[in-house]
Amino acid sequence: MSDLIRLTAAELAAKIHSGEVSAVEAAQAHLDRIAEVDGEVHAFLHVGAEAALANAALVDEAVKAGTAPASPLAGVPLALKDVFTTTDMPTTCGSKMLEGWRPPYDATLTARLRAAGITILGKTNMDEFAMGSSTEHSAYGPTRNPWDLSRIPGGSGGGSAAALAAFEAPLAIGTDTGGSIRQPAAVTGTVGVKPTYGGVSRYGLVACASSLDQGGPCARTVLDAALLHEVIGGHDPLDSTSIDAPVPAVVEAARIGAQGDLSGVRVGVVRELGGEGYQPGVRASFEAALRRLEKLGAEVVEVSCPHFEDGLAAYYLILPSEVSSNLARFDAMRYGLRVEKGASAEEVMAATREAGFGPEAKRRIILGTYALSSGYYDAYYGQAQKVRTLISRDFAAAFEQADVLVSPTAPTTAFPIGEKVDDPLAMYLNDLATIPTNLAGVAGMSVPSGLAEEDGLPVGLQVMAPALGEAVMYRVGAAVEAARDADEGGPLIARVPEVAK
Amino acid sequence: MTTTAPALVDFDDVVAGYEPTLGLEVHVELSTNTKMFCGCPTDFGAEPNTQVCPTCLGLPGSLPVVNRSAVEAAIRIGLALNCSIAPWGRFARKNYFYPDMPKNFQTSQYDEPIAVNGWMDVTLEDGEVVRVGIERAHMEEDTGKSLHVGGADGRIHGAEYSLLDYNRAGVPLIEIVTKMIPGTGARAPEVARAYVTQLRDLIKSLGVSDVRMDQGSMRCDVNLSLSPTGSGVLGTRTETKNVNSLRSVERAVRYEMQRQAGVLDGGGVIVQETRHFEEQSGTTRPGRRKETSEDYRYFPEPDLVPIAPSAEWVEELRGTLPELPWEHRKRIQEAWGLSDEELRDLVNAGALELIEATVAEGAPAGEARSWWVAYLAQQANTRGVELAELPITPAQVARVIALVAAGDLNNKLARQVVDGVLAHEGEPDEVVESRGLKVVSDDGALIAAVDEALAAQPDVVEKIKGGKVQAAGAIVGAVMKATKGQADAKRVRELIIERCS
Repeated sequence: MSDLIRLTAAELAAKIHSGEVSAVEAAQAHLDRIAEVDGEVHAFLHVGAEAALANAALVDEAVKAGTAPASPLAGVPLALKDVFTTTDMPTTCGSKMLEGWRPPYDATLTARLRAAGITILGKTNMDEFAMGSSTEHSAYGPTRNPWDLSRIPGGSGGGSAAALAAFEAPLAIGTDTGGSIRQPAAVTGTVGVKPTYGGVSRYGLVACASSLDQGGPCARTVLDAALLHEVIGGHDPLDSTSIDAPVPAVVEAARIGAQGDLSGVRVGVVRELGGEGYQPGVRASFEAALRRLEKLGAEVVEVSCPHFEDGLAAYYLILPSEVSSNLARFDAMRYGLRVEKGASAEEVMAATREAGFGPEAKRRIILGTYALSSGYYDAYYGQAQKVRTLISRDFAAAFEQADVLVSPTAPTTAFPIGEKVDDPLAMYLNDLATIPTNLAGVAGMSVPSGLAEEDGLPVGLQVMAPALGEAVMYRVGAAVEAARDADEGGPLIARVPEVAK
Repeated sequence: MTTTAPALVDFDDVVAGYEPTLGLEVHVELSTNTKMFCGCPTDFGAEPNTQVCPTCLGLPGSLPVVNRSAVEAAIRIGLALNCSIAPWGRFARKNYFYPDMPKNFQTSQYDEPIAVNGWMDVTLEDGEVVRVGIERAHMEEDTGKSLHVGGADGRIHGAEYSLLDYNRAGVPLIEIVTKMIPGTGARAPEVARAYVTQLRDLIKSLGVSDVRMDQGSMRCDVNLSLSPTGSGVLGTRTETKNVNSLRSVERAVRYEMQRQAGVLDGGGVIVQETRHFEEQSGTTRPGRRKETSEDYRYFPEPDLVPIAPSAEWVEELRGTLPELPWEHRKRIQEAWGLSDEELRDLVNAGALELIEATVAEGAPAGEARSWWVAYLAQQANTRGVELAELPITPAQVARVIALVAAGDLNNKLARQVVDGVLAHEGEPDEVVESRGLKVVSDDGALIAAVDEALAAQPDVVEKIKGGKVQAAGAIVGAVMKATKGQADAKRVRELIIERCS
């Protein structure tokens, strides 16, 4: 395998911008790697080799002409979750409903990647319409975890996380509605960030649950995630919910954090996240991370967020409610799948939706339709919104006592494919620790904290920060990463086994 | 569909036995340059599906952004109707499936409308004033248009296929809902018509809509119920749609009163349903049956931030409200010395605003009035169009009047100039030029014409020379004929005398 694919995005960018390596070589090395291993991993739903090489050639021309790079990541390859619209590639959201759909417009995030000169390699696999924690709910078959191909890579953004762990791309984009960036990062030993709600434009992100969805960066290092965060973040007039404020200085924060000094930083351990239901190796890794944080000079305190325990229930009312409305537009009338059955528009709509949606999408549409029905609205949707407010208050109180909050990202390491796919409740529990940040709109990230002793699989540490408090979050994440790498003699991701073919 | 024709009760008998309760819902399409939630133009009558974008087509990933001008218009309408303006309110999603609604939900306002609790005093023909309470005015987006081809009556059922035009999808609408209007008795039809008429005039005066019922930019739904006189029990109401002219409003109310009384007299019950007004017959027929549990599953639109107009902004907009149209008319009536009848004729002919606008362009009121109610009214009548639809502007009429006043045109020529403008030949001055219509007062040209006429009739010249000045008439006639009526006859006579002396 080419050495280029093992570089971090920052390292690769430096080589491209200095002319040492061409962007075309970098793109080709990753395309070759995809050709080599993706038959096993199945991280990609679509690879756009031609466009990727064309972009890389433009970057090389600029380098030769001596012009400044379009961004610090110009020429670096990236894997884009198949939930952002792209004019030059299909956008399927992992659903039969949108098989082959070519959007007539680019998402704002897509446009920003292009403007930054980033080479988009292709679109990655995901649970259908971002609903799931294992990528098994993709209509195009599951993605496999490079650490153990019999196991799930997390979800919904399992494709993006697996692409990073399989060295098919140094950068990826995910979306996080209840943990879909952070949980895949945790179980693949990579870094994933859910920015503050409104920090990254949702225009062109095919909605799962509008009030919870947030696009964010995925990478193999905290610094790479920060570099990508600064490219995709910032106000977008096309998204009313995007925040009109500068992007937090996360690159600088990641560099400071990597120097290994967290003195003066208060780290709150959320009492309610980390008790029962967490795998022993996950707890052990979390405790090791806390010890490292103390060693770095952070003040570790315990905080209580009592309403987090109701988060999962509230989430599974709010999310399906929004899903039931957002997914109503898939009706065969204008684009996507169309099943010509029956004589009336209603019959065609019903037949198409019956054929086009998978079981998890149907389950949530039905749940949401029920929760919003008159007579039930107050008891379900209304009540869930109240819980949401209480969770926001819990965060506000906790952030009085601590600059960041921490917990294990997911309760278990990667589980075997097929283990939970028929048990929705067991599947939903994967997001127990990540859901509160989505409900409150605050920021969260997952950084590798080590391997679980019992199965040798990666464990993630979740770091959460107040709205627009990403700088301190990146600082803590980078410090933990640097300390773990120093303690263990190198990055965790270096220990991922070579994909067996 | 076969339905037995209901027994209609004589109108006088209806009001002897029953008390009607009215409710009117009026949709007004705003004449903003762009749609409610995207930047597409709103022009009426464009080629189908040419004024669309990802947002108004509801494409996956697209997001709405509120049009500030539409909010401004909504607030001004609310203020003009004496409503309170909500300091904070959210949009809501009204969920239902229909092919002409791209997202299968309509973005509307539900329990947090922008304007609530107002009133309008409606003056009837005989001067009686009825205060109509305004329940609310709220913002929403229009749907697309379906054209059902084939089948019996242009309805979706039985159609061979349907065509969809989304140009109208997303055009801003304001829905104005009255409170229940009780106690109007026999005057209910008249009150309904007068309310809609006055509302139309009011909104027109605000300049926020062209309120054309014939083009659908103003649409009215009539709610009506009957209760036995003195019973104090509210009857079951029907909602009649497709009421597309002022006259139809009156007819629909009258017909529903007579029909419902027939049903009730026959021992039947009124079904709560949506009915359609048939313009041809002046009757109503049952439309879509309202299922008892039609459930729109409203919930707050998560893709938009709340509308929170500041008190300063509302006051600023209050300052922009024009004089109420009926007060304005009273003032004009006095200024121009019009009788009630003359004023009503001008209003009914749609001439008042045109005359005012002509006066505003510098024409004397008398001349302006005479042009619009005489020659131009005739032209409109011949062409079968409304006065305002004639392709001539008040400024152009004022220019013609000015040309007459300056002696450049006589009345006959002025009419020809107007004909030219109506025939799209350009501005009045251009028509004068191209048709060569200027009064000929240039002596050189006239002398030549006079000399030619004198040479042709030497016997007449002799008579004039002999003192028979009246014989000059024959020469004048010849000159006028030769100059196609453009010569100033008085000057021609003077010249003839001169040349013969």
